[in-house]
Amino acid sequence: MRTRPWTPWLYVAPALLVLGFYLVYPAMVTIALSFYERVPIQWSLGDLLRAPSCSALKAENSPQRGPCFAGLANYERIFTERSTQIALRNNVLWLIVVTSVTVGLGLMLAVLLDRVRYESLAKSTIFMPMAISFVGAGIIWKFMYAYRPPIYPQIGLLNALRVALGEAPIAWLTQAPWVNNLALMAVFIWIWTGYCLVILSAAYKGIDRDLLEAARIDGANEWQVFRHVVLPTLRSTIVVVATTMTVFTLKVFDIVYVMTNGNYETEVLANAMYKQMYSFWNFGLASAIAVVLFVAVLPFIVINIRRFLEQEAVR
Amino acid sequence: MRSGLKATGRRLLTRLPLHLTVLGVVALWLVPTVGLLITSFRPYPEILSSGWWTVLLRPAEWTKLTAQNYLEVLGKQGLARSFLNSLIITIPSTVIPLSLAALAAYAFSWMRFPGRQLLLIVVIALIVIPLQMTFIPVLRVYNALGLSGSFLGLWLAHTGYGLPLQIYLLRNFFGALPRELFESAFIDGASWWTAFWRIALPLSVPALASIVIFQFLWVWNDLLVALVYVGGRPDVAPITWQLANLVGSRGQDWHLLTAGAFISIVLPVAVFLALQRYFVRGILAGSIKG
Repeated sequence: MRTRPWTPWLYVAPALLVLGFYLVYPAMVTIALSFYERVPIQWSLGDLLRAPSCSALKAENSPQRGPCFAGLANYERIFTERSTQIALRNNVLWLIVVTSVTVGLGLMLAVLLDRVRYESLAKSTIFMPMAISFVGAGIIWKFMYAYRPPIYPQIGLLNALRVALGEAPIAWLTQAPWVNNLALMAVFIWIWTGYCLVILSAAYKGIDRDLLEAARIDGANEWQVFRHVVLPTLRSTIVVVATTMTVFTLKVFDIVYVMTNGNYETEVLANAMYKQMYSFWNFGLASAIAVVLFVAVLPFIVINIRRFLEQEAVR
Repeated sequence: MRSGLKATGRRLLTRLPLHLTVLGVVALWLVPTVGLLITSFRPYPEILSSGWWTVLLRPAEWTKLTAQNYLEVLGKQGLARSFLNSLIITIPSTVIPLSLAALAAYAFSWMRFPGRQLLLIVVIALIVIPLQMTFIPVLRVYNALGLSGSFLGLWLAHTGYGLPLQIYLLRNFFGALPRELFESAFIDGASWWTAFWRIALPLSVPALASIVIFQFLWVWNDLLVALVYVGGRPDVAPITWQLANLVGSRGQDWHLLTAGAFISIVLPVAVFLALQRYFVRGILAGSIKG
């Protein structure tokens, strides 16, 4: 049929305008801001273009106010200051621990649940926390971790169990760096394992049962079947789930904000960015932290685009 | 008969570790929420004098359960207001992006125009962009336009942030509809709009449903976007914002925190359980296909 050349644009324009204003334009401005210091709340692009260099201002001891061009100074701070170094370290820890545990546990449960009759009920239970906000989950688990001095009765389940076993109660959320960071990660794992489970379980059920049976008849034990038949078949699904989890853990914010606000060495980049922005009004440094996060997810953007192009080639 | 029983017994015994593992994990996933629910109905002094599990062990404790915490947190702590705000924020923040995404995805699937492929690649790149990259510039414009601390500002922000994934999911779905359907409609004289309204949309109800659930849960549970754009105005703040505040100001008042958390959880969990089928279908479409 005949299509006027502007008809498609009527359909895509509203979405593109919104995307341009909320994502594309601000992302570019944020990259620019990351090279400046002393950026006021209402800066203008002209101010930024005319801004003198920060080092020159410092050398002259100039009283001039307003933004100055800092080069890579904000990035240097991220990699040299203690608080952001901790955030960088924790983001790496989160990435490794949370991704491997959610995917590993999801995979294990996908295989195990397939063998019990109450599978769908169990799956719903493990999946349910996905509907709960990080704030809600943060409160739920803060209560699980509640600590009181040994003279009082423990009201947090975990410490009550420790006391029942004859151990001293632990302040789970303040013992740095391992106990508290792992305690925070546990909340994330509690929420996201169900997601991994559902996807991996669907893929597992897609495997031809005859294939598994054939391997068993050939004398393979259950572990060998898993290792040599199931794992290779699920490989591409595992990669997809793992990439999704990696991107989500890199951006972790709410759990840390609600449970510790980054104190006791639990800082993460997203929370550090929020603090620089809203507590210290340091827009240059906050922008630089955002850019570091962006660079960290960049490989996954490339992977997604590549996968999309492959699909298009097939269509 | 006896040997049969024995075989069943043996089978049960070999399968015992399996059942114990599975049930153990299920318990681990259930217990924290049960603890929250029970605690939310206990009076404050009770919460501090014994663990919530004592309620399960001693039925005599049941008589002490009360809804007082809920009344206090809904009234004095303002959670009734913020629950309503959450609804006011979530519903348009779900409907607006879905409409825009459906229009755009339809064009991306069935119309030919220059730059189509490039624009789609940009949309896909935007799916995982950290929102942190956008806050400061958008906030500057919001302050200038007075959109900071307004429902409109939140609706539009959630629209922008939700669009890329929605366009992508819907395009996959629209693109998979049979070509002949559209061709025969066009032969019958249908316009692009008629084909969209009468063919593409009605056939996509399951996909639309799963996107609605996604976005509803995402917006209802969001804290970060609210923190940035609510601008310290409790009268427009959603329930997550108010709860996070409560954790900061009344961090040890477990009777309020547990009741508040439960109020915030109830609606999304109910929606989720009722429409789980669509939700699962949505995440499978979003992940396995790509």
